[in-house]
Amino acid sequence: MDAQSIIARRVARELRAGNLVNLGIGIPTLVANFVPSDLKVFFQSENGLIGTGPMPEQGMAHPLLTDAGGRPISALPGACVFDSAMSFGLIRGGHVDITVLGGLQVDAEGHLANWMIPGKMVPGMGGAMDLVSGAKRVIVAMQHAAKGKSKIVQRCALPLTSSRPVDLVVTDMAVIGFTGGRITLQETAPGVTVAEVMAVTEADLFIPANVPEMKI
Amino acid sequence: MKAVSVEEAVARIPNGATVMVGGFMGVGTPERLLDELVRQRKSELSIISNDAAIPGKGVGKLFDAALVSTLTTSHIGLNPNVQKQMMANQVAVHLVPQGTFVERIRAGGCGLGGVLTPTGVGTIVEEGKRRIDIDGKNFLLETALRSDFALIHAFLADYLGNLAYALTARNFNPVMAMAADTVIVTAEHIVPVGVIAPDHVITPAPLVDYLIANG
Repeated sequence: MDAQSIIARRVARELRAGNLVNLGIGIPTLVANFVPSDLKVFFQSENGLIGTGPMPEQGMAHPLLTDAGGRPISALPGACVFDSAMSFGLIRGGHVDITVLGGLQVDAEGHLANWMIPGKMVPGMGGAMDLVSGAKRVIVAMQHAAKGKSKIVQRCALPLTSSRPVDLVVTDMAVIGFTGGRITLQETAPGVTVAEVMAVTEADLFIPANVPEMKI
Repeated sequence: MKAVSVEEAVARIPNGATVMVGGFMGVGTPERLLDELVRQRKSELSIISNDAAIPGKGVGKLFDAALVSTLTTSHIGLNPNVQKQMMANQVAVHLVPQGTFVERIRAGGCGLGGVLTPTGVGTIVEEGKRRIDIDGKNFLLETALRSDFALIHAFLADYLGNLAYALTARNFNPVMAMAADTVIVTAEHIVPVGVIAPDHVITPAPLVDYLIANG
Protein backbone atom coordinates (compact mmCIF):
# COMPACT_ATOMS: atom_id res chain seq x y z
CA MET A 1 0.00 0.00 0.00
CA ASP A 2 1.32 3.49 -0.83
CA ALA A 3 2.22 5.96 1.92
CA GLN A 4 -0.75 8.26 1.31
CA SER A 5 -3.29 5.42 1.50
CA ILE A 6 -1.79 4.13 4.76
CA ILE A 7 -2.17 7.59 6.31
CA ALA A 8 -5.67 8.23 4.95
CA ARG A 9 -6.96 4.78 5.98
CA ARG A 10 -5.66 5.16 9.51
CA VAL A 11 -7.09 8.66 9.92
CA ALA A 12 -10.48 7.45 8.65
CA ARG A 13 -10.62 5.11 11.64
CA GLU A 14 -10.72 8.14 13.95
CA LEU A 15 -14.09 9.33 12.61
CA ARG A 16 -17.24 8.60 14.61
CA ALA A 17 -20.91 8.60 13.60
CA GLY A 18 -22.36 12.11 13.52
CA ASN A 19 -18.99 13.87 13.51
CA LEU A 20 -18.64 17.18 11.69
CA VAL A 21 -15.31 16.87 9.90
CA ASN A 22 -13.17 19.33 7.96
CA LEU A 23 -10.51 17.86 5.67
CA GLY A 24 -7.60 19.95 4.45
CA ILE A 25 -6.04 19.80 1.01
CA GLY A 26 -3.68 16.98 -0.03
CA ILE A 27 -3.49 13.72 1.94
CA PRO A 28 -6.37 14.79 4.27
CA THR A 29 -8.76 14.97 1.30
CA LEU A 30 -8.14 11.24 0.65
CA VAL A 31 -9.57 10.35 4.07
CA ALA A 32 -13.11 10.64 2.67
CA ASN A 33 -12.36 7.73 0.31
CA PHE A 34 -11.86 5.35 3.25
CA VAL A 35 -14.90 6.12 5.40
CA PRO A 36 -17.10 2.99 5.69
CA SER A 37 -20.35 3.46 3.75
CA ASP A 38 -22.45 2.76 6.86
CA LEU A 39 -20.70 5.45 8.94
CA LYS A 40 -22.64 8.71 8.71
CA VAL A 41 -20.32 11.70 9.05
CA PHE A 42 -20.74 15.29 7.86
CA PHE A 43 -17.94 16.80 5.82
CA GLN A 44 -17.59 20.58 5.87
CA SER A 45 -15.97 22.52 3.08
CA GLU A 46 -14.93 25.87 4.57
CA ASN A 47 -16.05 27.81 1.51
CA GLY A 48 -19.56 27.27 2.82
CA LEU A 49 -20.97 23.74 2.70
CA ILE A 50 -21.81 20.86 5.02
CA GLY A 51 -22.56 17.66 3.15
CA THR A 52 -19.71 17.61 0.67
CA GLY A 53 -20.02 14.70 -1.73
CA PRO A 54 -17.61 13.17 -4.25
CA MET A 55 -16.58 14.70 -7.56
CA PRO A 56 -19.68 14.70 -9.78
CA GLU A 57 -19.91 12.42 -12.79
CA GLN A 58 -18.59 13.65 -16.13
CA GLY A 59 -20.72 16.55 -17.36
CA MET A 60 -22.53 17.07 -14.05
CA ALA A 61 -20.21 19.65 -12.45
CA HIS A 62 -21.75 22.98 -11.42
CA PRO A 63 -19.51 26.08 -11.53
CA LEU A 64 -21.04 27.38 -8.28
CA LEU A 65 -20.43 24.17 -6.31
CA THR A 66 -16.78 23.62 -5.50
CA ASP A 67 -14.47 22.71 -2.66
CA ALA A 68 -12.08 25.17 -1.00
CA GLY A 69 -9.54 24.52 -3.75
CA GLY A 70 -12.07 25.51 -6.43
CA ARG A 71 -12.55 21.94 -7.70
CA PRO A 72 -16.05 20.70 -8.59
CA ILE A 73 -17.77 18.62 -5.92
CA SER A 74 -21.26 17.32 -5.32
CA ALA A 75 -23.60 17.88 -2.39
CA LEU A 76 -25.17 14.93 -0.58
CA PRO A 77 -28.88 14.78 0.38
CA GLY A 78 -29.25 16.88 3.52
CA ALA A 79 -26.44 19.24 2.56
CA CYS A 80 -26.63 22.89 3.51
CA VAL A 81 -24.82 26.06 2.47
CA PHE A 82 -23.87 29.19 4.40
CA ASP A 83 -21.65 32.24 4.22
CA SER A 84 -18.03 32.44 5.35
CA ALA A 85 -18.81 34.06 8.71
CA MET A 86 -21.01 31.08 9.58
CA SER A 87 -18.44 28.67 8.18
CA PHE A 88 -15.68 30.01 10.42
CA GLY A 89 -18.07 30.40 13.33
CA LEU A 90 -18.53 26.63 13.07
CA ILE A 91 -14.76 26.17 12.99
CA ARG A 92 -13.64 28.62 15.65
CA GLY A 93 -16.69 28.02 17.83
CA GLY A 94 -15.81 24.41 18.52
CA HIS A 95 -18.61 22.91 16.42
CA VAL A 96 -16.22 21.00 14.15
CA ASP A 97 -15.43 17.67 15.84
CA ILE A 98 -12.35 16.78 13.83
CA THR A 99 -10.10 18.63 11.44
CA VAL A 100 -7.47 16.77 9.44
CA LEU A 101 -4.64 18.91 8.12
CA GLY A 102 -1.37 18.46 6.30
CA GLY A 103 1.85 19.50 8.00
CA LEU A 104 5.38 20.69 7.35
CA GLN A 105 6.58 20.10 10.94
CA VAL A 106 5.09 18.94 14.24
CA ASP A 107 7.17 19.29 17.38
CA ALA A 108 7.51 17.54 20.72
CA GLU A 109 4.92 19.83 22.27
CA GLY A 110 2.44 19.08 19.52
CA HIS A 111 2.81 22.43 17.80
CA LEU A 112 2.09 22.38 14.08
CA ALA A 113 3.77 24.44 11.36
CA ASN A 114 2.05 24.12 8.01
CA TRP A 115 1.56 27.47 6.32
CA MET A 116 4.85 29.03 5.26
CA ILE A 117 8.55 28.51 4.63
CA PRO A 118 10.12 31.97 5.11
CA GLY A 119 11.83 33.23 1.97
CA LYS A 120 10.62 30.27 -0.08
CA MET A 121 6.92 29.62 0.06
CA VAL A 122 4.34 32.05 1.43
CA PRO A 123 0.96 30.79 0.26
CA GLY A 124 -0.93 32.24 3.22
CA MET A 125 -2.62 30.44 6.06
CA GLY A 126 -6.10 30.30 4.55
CA GLY A 127 -8.30 28.62 7.15
CA ALA A 128 -5.57 26.55 8.83
CA MET A 129 -4.99 28.82 11.83
CA ASP A 130 -8.70 28.96 12.66
CA LEU A 131 -9.08 25.20 12.23
CA VAL A 132 -6.22 24.40 14.61
CA SER A 133 -7.34 27.02 17.12
CA GLY A 134 -10.99 26.02 17.14
CA ALA A 135 -11.71 22.41 16.16
CA LYS A 136 -12.39 19.98 19.01
CA ARG A 137 -9.78 17.55 17.73
CA VAL A 138 -6.87 18.28 15.39
CA ILE A 139 -5.26 15.43 13.45
CA VAL A 140 -2.19 15.98 11.30
CA ALA A 141 -1.86 13.66 8.29
CA MET A 142 1.57 13.82 6.70
CA GLN A 143 4.60 11.86 5.57
CA HIS A 144 6.94 11.05 8.46
CA ALA A 145 9.96 12.51 6.67
CA ALA A 146 10.61 14.67 3.62
CA LYS A 147 13.77 14.06 1.58
CA GLY A 148 15.10 11.95 4.45
CA LYS A 149 14.53 14.73 6.99
CA SER A 150 12.22 14.15 9.94
CA LYS A 151 9.04 16.23 10.00
CA ILE A 152 8.55 15.24 13.66
CA VAL A 153 10.99 17.66 15.26
CA GLN A 154 12.00 18.61 18.79
CA ARG A 155 10.99 22.23 18.20
CA CYS A 156 9.38 23.72 15.06
CA ALA A 157 11.81 25.92 13.14
CA LEU A 158 9.02 27.10 10.82
CA PRO A 159 6.36 29.65 11.87
CA LEU A 160 3.62 28.00 13.94
CA THR A 161 0.05 27.65 12.75
CA SER A 162 -1.31 27.90 16.29
CA SER A 163 -0.14 27.83 19.88
CA ARG A 164 -2.76 25.15 20.51
CA PRO A 165 -1.14 21.70 20.27
CA VAL A 166 -2.54 19.08 17.91
CA ASP A 167 -4.08 15.87 19.24
CA LEU A 168 -2.77 13.18 16.91
CA VAL A 169 -0.25 12.79 14.10
CA VAL A 170 -0.68 10.02 11.57
CA THR A 171 2.22 9.34 9.21
CA ASP A 172 3.16 6.56 6.80
CA MET A 173 5.28 5.06 9.63
CA ALA A 174 3.53 5.80 12.89
CA VAL A 175 0.69 7.19 14.96
CA ILE A 176 1.94 9.74 17.47
CA GLY A 177 -0.06 11.19 20.35
CA PHE A 178 0.50 13.73 23.11
CA THR A 179 -1.31 12.15 26.06
CA GLY A 180 -0.18 13.76 29.29
CA GLY A 181 1.76 16.38 27.35
CA ARG A 182 4.37 13.84 26.25
CA ILE A 183 5.09 13.02 22.59
CA THR A 184 4.36 9.31 22.44
CA LEU A 185 4.67 6.62 19.82
CA GLN A 186 1.24 4.98 19.88
CA GLU A 187 1.35 2.69 16.83
CA THR A 188 3.68 1.67 14.05
CA ALA A 189 2.66 1.13 10.42
CA PRO A 190 2.47 -2.45 9.14
CA GLY A 191 5.99 -3.84 8.65
CA VAL A 192 7.68 -0.88 10.35
CA THR A 193 9.66 -1.45 13.56
CA VAL A 194 9.93 0.89 16.54
CA ALA A 195 13.65 1.23 15.83
CA GLU A 196 12.94 2.29 12.24
CA VAL A 197 10.51 4.98 13.45
CA MET A 198 13.02 6.25 16.00
CA ALA A 199 15.75 6.40 13.35
CA VAL A 200 13.77 8.91 11.27
CA THR A 201 12.25 10.89 14.14
CA GLU A 202 14.12 13.94 15.36
CA ALA A 203 11.88 14.55 18.37
CA ASP A 204 12.55 12.69 21.59
CA LEU A 205 9.72 10.17 21.37
CA PHE A 206 8.40 8.37 24.43
CA ILE A 207 8.16 4.66 23.63
CA PRO A 208 5.67 2.72 25.76
CA ALA A 209 6.38 -0.93 26.62
CA ASN A 210 3.84 -2.09 24.11
CA VAL A 211 3.46 -0.34 20.72
CA PRO A 212 0.78 -2.05 18.63
CA GLU A 213 0.70 -2.14 14.84
CA MET A 214 -1.70 0.22 13.05
CA LYS A 215 -4.97 -1.43 12.05
CA ILE A 216 -5.84 -0.19 8.59
CA MET B 1 -30.86 50.79 -5.81
CA LYS B 2 -30.09 52.01 -9.29
CA ALA B 3 -29.68 49.75 -12.33
CA VAL B 4 -26.68 50.83 -14.39
CA SER B 5 -24.42 49.53 -17.13
CA VAL B 6 -21.19 47.84 -16.15
CA GLU B 7 -19.23 50.70 -17.78
CA GLU B 8 -21.10 53.31 -15.76
CA ALA B 9 -20.68 51.42 -12.48
CA VAL B 10 -16.93 50.94 -12.86
CA ALA B 11 -16.45 54.56 -13.99
CA ARG B 12 -17.46 55.54 -10.45
CA ILE B 13 -14.48 53.68 -8.95
CA PRO B 14 -11.45 55.99 -8.81
CA ASN B 15 -7.82 54.91 -9.09
CA GLY B 16 -6.48 54.06 -5.66
CA ALA B 17 -9.87 52.96 -4.30
CA THR B 18 -10.23 50.29 -1.64
CA VAL B 19 -12.35 47.51 -3.12
CA MET B 20 -13.75 44.35 -1.55
CA VAL B 21 -14.40 41.56 -4.03
CA GLY B 22 -16.67 38.63 -3.17
CA GLY B 23 -15.82 35.07 -4.12
CA PHE B 24 -13.73 32.10 -3.10
CA MET B 25 -11.16 30.92 -5.65
CA GLY B 26 -13.14 32.84 -8.27
CA VAL B 27 -16.43 31.13 -7.39
CA GLY B 28 -19.07 33.78 -6.66
CA THR B 29 -16.91 36.58 -8.05
CA PRO B 30 -18.43 39.37 -10.19
CA GLU B 31 -16.32 38.63 -13.29
CA ARG B 32 -17.97 41.32 -15.45
CA LEU B 33 -16.97 44.04 -13.00
CA LEU B 34 -13.40 42.76 -12.87
CA ASP B 35 -13.20 42.62 -16.67
CA GLU B 36 -14.40 46.23 -16.80
CA LEU B 37 -11.90 47.35 -14.13
CA VAL B 38 -9.18 45.92 -16.38
CA ARG B 39 -10.66 47.53 -19.52
CA GLN B 40 -10.85 50.96 -17.85
CA ARG B 41 -7.35 50.38 -16.38
CA LYS B 42 -8.28 51.38 -12.83
CA SER B 43 -4.95 51.25 -11.03
CA GLU B 44 -3.30 51.40 -7.59
CA LEU B 45 -6.25 49.47 -6.19
CA SER B 46 -6.33 48.19 -2.62
CA ILE B 47 -8.08 44.86 -2.93
CA ILE B 48 -9.70 42.99 -0.05
CA SER B 49 -10.56 39.48 -1.13
CA ASN B 50 -10.31 36.03 0.45
CA ASP B 51 -7.74 34.74 -2.02
CA ALA B 52 -6.00 35.74 -5.23
CA ALA B 53 -7.77 33.04 -7.30
CA ILE B 54 -5.67 31.91 -10.27
CA PRO B 55 -4.31 33.86 -13.26
CA GLY B 56 -7.11 34.68 -15.71
CA LYS B 57 -9.89 34.08 -13.19
CA GLY B 58 -11.62 36.26 -10.57
CA VAL B 59 -9.38 38.82 -8.88
CA GLY B 60 -6.46 37.06 -10.60
CA LYS B 61 -7.28 39.21 -13.66
CA LEU B 62 -6.44 42.40 -11.73
CA PHE B 63 -2.96 41.04 -10.97
CA ASP B 64 -2.48 39.88 -14.59
CA ALA B 65 -3.00 43.56 -15.53
CA ALA B 66 -0.83 44.83 -12.60
CA LEU B 67 -3.59 47.09 -11.25
CA VAL B 68 -3.22 46.24 -7.56
CA SER B 69 -0.93 47.94 -5.04
CA THR B 70 -2.24 46.36 -1.82
CA LEU B 71 -3.93 43.03 -1.18
CA THR B 72 -5.54 41.98 2.09
CA THR B 73 -6.26 38.26 1.87
CA SER B 74 -5.94 34.85 3.49
CA HIS B 75 -4.37 32.87 0.65
CA ILE B 76 -2.33 33.55 -2.48
CA GLY B 77 -0.87 30.07 -2.92
CA LEU B 78 -2.54 29.28 -6.23
CA ASN B 79 -1.63 32.49 -8.01
CA PRO B 80 2.08 32.58 -8.94
CA ASN B 81 1.70 36.11 -10.44
CA VAL B 82 0.77 37.53 -7.04
CA GLN B 83 3.66 35.72 -5.37
CA LYS B 84 6.05 37.23 -7.95
CA GLN B 85 4.58 40.73 -7.55
CA MET B 86 4.84 40.37 -3.77
CA MET B 87 8.49 39.25 -3.92
CA ALA B 88 9.25 42.16 -6.29
CA ASN B 89 7.56 44.60 -3.86
CA GLN B 90 5.01 45.62 -6.51
CA VAL B 91 2.14 44.47 -4.32
CA ALA B 92 1.97 44.74 -0.53
CA VAL B 93 0.25 41.59 0.71
CA HIS B 94 -1.38 41.51 4.14
CA LEU B 95 -2.10 37.90 5.08
CA VAL B 96 -4.97 37.35 7.51
CA PRO B 97 -6.35 34.03 8.80
CA GLN B 98 -9.56 33.34 6.89
CA GLY B 99 -11.84 33.32 9.92
CA THR B 100 -10.31 36.56 11.16
CA PHE B 101 -10.59 38.05 7.68
CA VAL B 102 -14.34 37.45 7.50
CA GLU B 103 -14.95 38.56 11.10
CA ARG B 104 -13.06 41.83 10.54
CA ILE B 105 -15.31 42.53 7.56
CA ARG B 106 -18.41 41.50 9.48
CA ALA B 107 -17.38 43.88 12.29
CA GLY B 108 -16.86 46.65 9.73
CA GLY B 109 -20.34 46.13 8.39
CA CYS B 110 -21.98 45.86 11.79
CA GLY B 111 -20.64 48.98 13.44
CA LEU B 112 -18.12 47.17 15.64
CA GLY B 113 -14.57 48.39 16.21
CA GLY B 114 -13.15 44.91 15.86
CA VAL B 115 -13.31 41.39 17.23
CA LEU B 116 -11.45 39.29 19.79
CA THR B 117 -10.25 35.96 18.40
CA PRO B 118 -8.03 33.18 19.74
CA THR B 119 -6.76 32.56 16.20
CA GLY B 120 -3.16 33.68 15.78
CA VAL B 121 -2.25 33.93 19.48
CA GLY B 122 1.41 32.93 19.87
CA THR B 123 2.10 33.05 16.11
CA ILE B 124 3.57 35.74 13.86
CA VAL B 125 0.00 36.92 13.23
CA GLU B 126 0.11 38.38 16.74
CA GLU B 127 2.91 40.84 15.89
CA GLY B 128 1.84 44.44 16.50
CA LYS B 129 -1.53 43.48 17.96
CA ARG B 130 -3.02 43.75 21.43
CA ARG B 131 -3.43 40.51 23.33
CA ILE B 132 -6.38 40.64 25.68
CA ASP B 133 -7.00 38.21 28.52
CA ILE B 134 -10.66 37.41 29.14
CA ASP B 135 -11.40 35.00 31.99
CA GLY B 136 -7.95 33.47 31.66
CA LYS B 137 -8.09 32.91 27.92
CA ASN B 138 -5.97 34.84 25.42
CA PHE B 139 -7.46 36.67 22.46
CA LEU B 140 -6.11 39.03 19.80
CA LEU B 141 -7.82 42.32 19.09
CA GLU B 142 -8.43 42.37 15.35
CA THR B 143 -9.75 45.66 14.01
CA ALA B 144 -12.70 46.11 11.66
CA LEU B 145 -12.28 46.28 7.89
CA ARG B 146 -14.34 48.49 5.60
CA SER B 147 -13.93 49.62 2.01
CA ASP B 148 -14.98 52.29 -0.46
CA PHE B 149 -16.60 49.72 -2.76
CA ALA B 150 -17.81 46.12 -2.52
CA LEU B 151 -18.18 44.15 -5.74
CA ILE B 152 -20.73 41.41 -5.15
CA HIS B 153 -21.99 38.50 -7.23
CA ALA B 154 -25.45 37.09 -6.53
CA PHE B 155 -27.43 34.31 -8.17
CA LEU B 156 -30.75 36.17 -8.11
CA ALA B 157 -31.41 39.90 -7.78
CA ASP B 158 -34.94 41.24 -7.86
CA TYR B 159 -35.95 44.64 -9.27
CA LEU B 160 -35.56 46.20 -5.80
CA GLY B 161 -32.10 44.75 -5.23
CA ASN B 162 -32.89 41.90 -2.84
CA LEU B 163 -30.26 39.21 -3.34
CA ALA B 164 -30.05 35.44 -3.08
CA TYR B 165 -26.98 33.32 -3.67
CA ALA B 166 -26.31 29.82 -4.98
CA LEU B 167 -24.42 26.94 -3.37
CA THR B 168 -20.80 27.73 -2.51
CA ALA B 169 -20.91 31.03 -4.43
CA ARG B 170 -22.36 32.75 -1.36
CA ASN B 171 -19.12 32.75 0.69
CA PHE B 172 -17.95 36.33 1.44
CA ASN B 173 -20.57 38.15 -0.65
CA PRO B 174 -23.29 38.82 1.96
CA VAL B 175 -20.69 39.85 4.55
CA MET B 176 -18.92 42.27 2.19
CA ALA B 177 -22.26 43.74 1.05
CA MET B 178 -22.55 45.15 4.59
CA ALA B 179 -19.06 46.67 4.83
CA ALA B 180 -18.60 49.15 1.96
CA ASP B 181 -19.72 52.70 1.29
CA THR B 182 -20.89 51.71 -2.20
CA VAL B 183 -22.15 48.24 -3.10
CA ILE B 184 -22.19 47.16 -6.75
CA VAL B 185 -23.83 43.86 -7.69
CA THR B 186 -23.88 41.53 -10.67
CA ALA B 187 -26.46 38.74 -10.71
CA GLU B 188 -26.86 35.64 -12.85
CA HIS B 189 -30.59 36.37 -13.07
CA ILE B 190 -32.56 39.56 -12.55
CA VAL B 191 -36.10 38.61 -11.54
CA PRO B 192 -39.37 40.34 -10.61
CA VAL B 193 -40.00 41.32 -7.01
CA GLY B 194 -41.54 38.36 -5.21
CA VAL B 195 -39.61 35.64 -7.05
CA ILE B 196 -37.18 35.58 -4.10
CA ALA B 197 -39.42 34.76 -1.15
CA PRO B 198 -38.86 36.89 1.96
CA ASP B 199 -37.47 33.85 3.78
CA HIS B 200 -34.88 33.36 1.03
CA VAL B 201 -33.50 36.88 0.73
CA ILE B 202 -29.95 36.84 2.08
CA THR B 203 -28.91 40.43 1.32
CA PRO B 204 -31.72 42.98 1.83
CA ALA B 205 -32.29 45.49 -1.02
CA PRO B 206 -31.41 48.66 0.95
CA LEU B 207 -27.77 47.48 1.11
CA VAL B 208 -27.41 47.49 -2.70
CA ASP B 209 -26.47 50.76 -4.42
CA TYR B 210 -26.00 49.63 -8.01
CA LEU B 211 -27.20 46.56 -9.88
CA ILE B 212 -25.57 45.85 -13.24
CA ALA B 213 -28.40 45.76 -15.78
CA ASN B 214 -28.55 43.13 -18.50
CA GLY B 215 -26.84 44.33 -21.69
